[in-house]
Amino acid sequence: MVKKFMYINRKAPYGTIYALESLEVVLIGAAFDQDVSLAFIGDGVYQLTKGQDTKAIGQKNFSTVYMALGDYDVNKIYVEKESLEERGLTLDDLQHLVWEDEDEDWAEKDSIRLVSRAELSDVLDEQDVLLSF
Amino acid sequence: MKISLQINEGPYQHQASDSAIQFTKAALAKGHEIFRVFFYHDGVNNATRLAIPPQDDRNITEQWVALQKEHNLDLVVCIAAAQRRGMIDEDEMKRQGKDANNISEGFRISGLGQLIEAGIEADRLVVFGA
Repeated sequence: MVKKFMYINRKAPYGTIYALESLEVVLIGAAFDQDVSLAFIGDGVYQLTKGQDTKAIGQKNFSTVYMALGDYDVNKIYVEKESLEERGLTLDDLQHLVWEDEDEDWAEKDSIRLVSRAELSDVLDEQDVLLSF
Repeated sequence: MKISLQINEGPYQHQASDSAIQFTKAALAKGHEIFRVFFYHDGVNNATRLAIPPQDDRNITEQWVALQKEHNLDLVVCIAAAQRRGMIDEDEMKRQGKDANNISEGFRISGLGQLIEAGIEADRLVVFGA
């Protein structure tokens, strides 16, 4: 039985461990052949920003792992538009996450779907399992 | 209904564990099945048998153990989160060459796959904390 799993990421990448441990669940969960999607809302949008440098805070920079999600068949990544705007960010501030579509001769496609708060609420409504971090 | 729980916060600092225990009791009283309780993030600290709360306070680990015994609950502590935080059972103590262990009876250590399976098998996954 395939269920729709959505991981909701709400917190900044550093400061607490939620973002890193969310990513660990996503990577393990990818082996279970479920219908997986990720949502980034609130300060969670900072997790996807490019050019992260953690040297000065002595923490592991795990932002490159998001680039590998496509290889795990995790390719539905919803980013809430209002959350970006409220923080003065645009899509250009985020890493360019892609996946290769096996059905279209491995064509490279964008993983990030920019959605409004209202649209995201509809996507949430479709899910079977919501894991929020 | 078949229900799984995910506990994301440690005992005492947050009320999440207390709420989860009360939810578990209420769900069982209504005839629901608890498929699994999965402890993640600082939630793994629920499993320490070494905590000594004041005598006039509740002992959250003992409450979990009592529920586990009465209803044969499957209390699973995430191994990755547990190792980071020094939560360790006897097997891991030996494997890692450590000098002590602290996981209470009634809990078992396993991987994150147990959380995904809990989401797949249950009708509802209810998250406490964070």
